[in-house]
Amino acid sequence: MNEKLSLNPKVIKQIAGKRLLRKELPLDEQTYRSLIQMNILQPIQSIVKKAFHYECQRCHNTKRSLFGMYPCALCNRMHRYCRKCIAMGRVSDCERLYEWHGPEPIWSIHEQPCTWDGELTLEQKKAAERIVTAIQFKEKEILSYAVCGSGKTEMLFPGMSYALQQGMRLCIATPRTDVVRELTPRLRQAFQSVSIQALYGGSQDKSGTAQLIISTTHQLFRYSDAFDVVMVDEVDAFPYHKDMSLPIATKRALKPSGTMVYLTATPRDEQKKKIERQQLPHIFVARRYHNHPLPVPKLKFAFSLQKNLVNNQFPKSFLRWYSTRKHDTRQVLVFVPTIQLAKSLEQTFNTIYPEIKSSAVHSEDSNREEKVYLYRQKKIDILFTTTILERGVTFPAIDVAILHAGHHVFDEAALVQIAGRAGRSPDDPDGEVVFFHDGKTEAMVQAIYAIEAMNKRGGFT
Amino acid sequence: MSHCLWCDQAITYQATWRHLLTLMERATLCEPCQTKLTLLTGKQCQKCSRESETDICLDCHYWIKELDTDPLTANISVFSYNEQMREMIAKWKYRGDYELVHAFRHVFVKMFNKHFSTQLKDFAVIPIPLSEMRLYERGFNQADALARLLPRYQPSILQRLHSEKQAKKSRYERIQSKNPFNLVETINKPVILVDDIYTTGTTLRHAATLLRRQGCPKVYGYTLVRG
Repeated sequence: MNEKLSLNPKVIKQIAGKRLLRKELPLDEQTYRSLIQMNILQPIQSIVKKAFHYECQRCHNTKRSLFGMYPCALCNRMHRYCRKCIAMGRVSDCERLYEWHGPEPIWSIHEQPCTWDGELTLEQKKAAERIVTAIQFKEKEILSYAVCGSGKTEMLFPGMSYALQQGMRLCIATPRTDVVRELTPRLRQAFQSVSIQALYGGSQDKSGTAQLIISTTHQLFRYSDAFDVVMVDEVDAFPYHKDMSLPIATKRALKPSGTMVYLTATPRDEQKKKIERQQLPHIFVARRYHNHPLPVPKLKFAFSLQKNLVNNQFPKSFLRWYSTRKHDTRQVLVFVPTIQLAKSLEQTFNTIYPEIKSSAVHSEDSNREEKVYLYRQKKIDILFTTTILERGVTFPAIDVAILHAGHHVFDEAALVQIAGRAGRSPDDPDGEVVFFHDGKTEAMVQAIYAIEAMNKRGGFT
Repeated sequence: MSHCLWCDQAITYQATWRHLLTLMERATLCEPCQTKLTLLTGKQCQKCSRESETDICLDCHYWIKELDTDPLTANISVFSYNEQMREMIAKWKYRGDYELVHAFRHVFVKMFNKHFSTQLKDFAVIPIPLSEMRLYERGFNQADALARLLPRYQPSILQRLHSEKQAKKSRYERIQSKNPFNLVETINKPVILVDDIYTTGTTLRHAATLLRRQGCPKVYGYTLVRG
C-alpha cells in the first residue's frame, strides 16, 4: 500500500481514465510490478478474436485489411497488430493495454469558473439551461440542434460551469482538428482558472492531465471511463458518422453515469429519425445570436462548368458574379471539390487578378493554420478551399461561393454548413451564398429547403 | 478484394486473360499512391546510384580519396527519397507498420533480379543488423524485412553494438564514427548487404571493411532508398 500513497497525484492523472501501452505508462519497472500485483493496474488483451474478425481494443478497428502480422524479434513469433491506430504506438498481440482501477484522481471544484462576460440571448439561454438540467440529472444524452452561427459554443458555457462547480471532469470532442484549434483559445479565454489541454494529431502536450480536455475524437482512443460530461461538437462531421470506431471510442471515454451532449447544425438522417421517435432528447435553436435570418443560397447555372474546371478555368458566370458583387469589400471564400482544383484555380485567379491577394488551403497543406489566420486578419482577399473549412470556423464578413456544387463531396449537410459561413457577424449579417452548378442535385434542393425551414422556425418569413 | 497498403482504398482490376493465364502478382499499392513514389532513373553515379551528371559523384570521389581501396564495390538504390517515401519509411520503420514492406516488394525484387541475379553466379544476401537495444524497441529489423524478400537470404552474420541513431548525427559525425560492427563468421563469396536507406554510405562501408578484411571477395550494397 505504501507505493500507492507515494505515487504522485500527477502520475495518477496521467494513467487514470485511459487505456495505455506499457511504454506510455510513466512508471519504473518496480512500481509497475507492484501496481499490477495490487490489481490497481489491470492488463487487458489488446486484440480480441471475435467470431469472424479481430477487434483492436484501443481503436475498435475490425477491418481485416487494417490488421497486419509482423515477426517479433523478441519472441520469434508472428504477432497480429492494428494498423489503424499505429500512429499512436503499435498495439499488438505481444503487448497488453493497461487500465487504472485504483483511487480516482480528485479534480478541483471551481466556484466561479466562467470568466466570460458576454450575455446569452433568450434562445441561447433556454438551450443552455436545458443542457445544465441534463448534466444535473445525469441524463444519458441530449442533442442540441442549433443553426450555424447561433453561438453553440457560448451555449455550452453554463453547462460547463455547472460541471466544473461540481468538480467534474469535462471533454469537448470534435471530429475536426481545425475545430479543436479554433475552440482552444476561446475556451482558455472563457475559463481562465481551469486547467485546459488540447489534444490533436500534432499537439505538443499529450499527457492529458487537465480537467477540461479539448480533443479530436481520434485522440479519445486512449481514454476509457474518464469524463463525467462529453460534449461532441459537430457530431455529423466526417469521419465521425462514417467510421464506426469513433462513436464507440467517444462513448467509452464517458463514465457510465455521465452525460453526452451532441451539438450540430445539420443532424444526419439517423439522428433525425431518433428525434422523431422521441428516442433522443433534443433542443432546437432556430435563430442566430444576432437575430438575423440565415442567408439562403442562390443557385447559378454555369453551362460549361465541368469543361472549364478540367482546363483550370473559371466559368464566366463566376467571374461576372465576382466583379459585380454588391459589397465588393467583403472577403470571398470559394469552396471547390478537390485539392487539385483548389491549387490550380488559385493560380488561374492570380493571373487574372494579380493585384488581389489570393491563397488556397487544403488538408495536405502544412501551412494551413497560418493561411487561415492570415485570412481572418484580412490579409488575404480570396481563399480557395476544400471542404476542410466547411464548419466550425468563423470569419466575420464574407461572401461564399461553391464551384461545382453538384459534386458528391457536397452533400446536404456540407451545403448547409458552407452556407452557414456567411453573415456570421452582427455588423454584416447578410453575406451572399452562391452555388455554381451545371445541374441541380437533390442535395442542393434539400439544403435550401432545410435553410428556409430553419428560418421559418426561427420566426422569419 | 485487396486494399492499398498506404491509403486503404480498395484496388480494383480490369480482368483480362493475363490474370487468368499467368500468375500475375497483385498490386499492393493503388495507382495514385504508386505514382507518388519515384524510381531512380536517368544519369546516376555508378558507385552509389545517386542522380548525378558525372559518372562518379563528389561524395564517392571523397570516399575513394579517403579509403585507398573502397571496400564497397557499388551500391544500388531503387527509390529516391521524396516526401511520400519519407512518410512511408517513418510509418514503416519508426511506427512499426511491418506490412508496408510489401508495398515495396514488387519493385524491390524486380530491380534486384535485374542488377544482381543475372550478373552474379554465387552470392549471399545479408541484412545490416540493428543493435539489440534498437531491435527491442522496434520489434523487428527493417533491413532484415527487406532482405527476406530476396533470394539467397542469410540471417545476418554481423553484430552491431549500440550507438546513437545515425539519422540524428550530422554528416561529419557520421563519417567519422567508429565501426559499430562485429563479424561472427567469415564468408568467402560475394556479399550483397541490404539496408533501407543509403545516406552517406558510412554504415555500408563499415560493414564492408570488416567483411573484406576477413576474406570476402566483393561487397555490394542494395538499398531501398538513396537519401
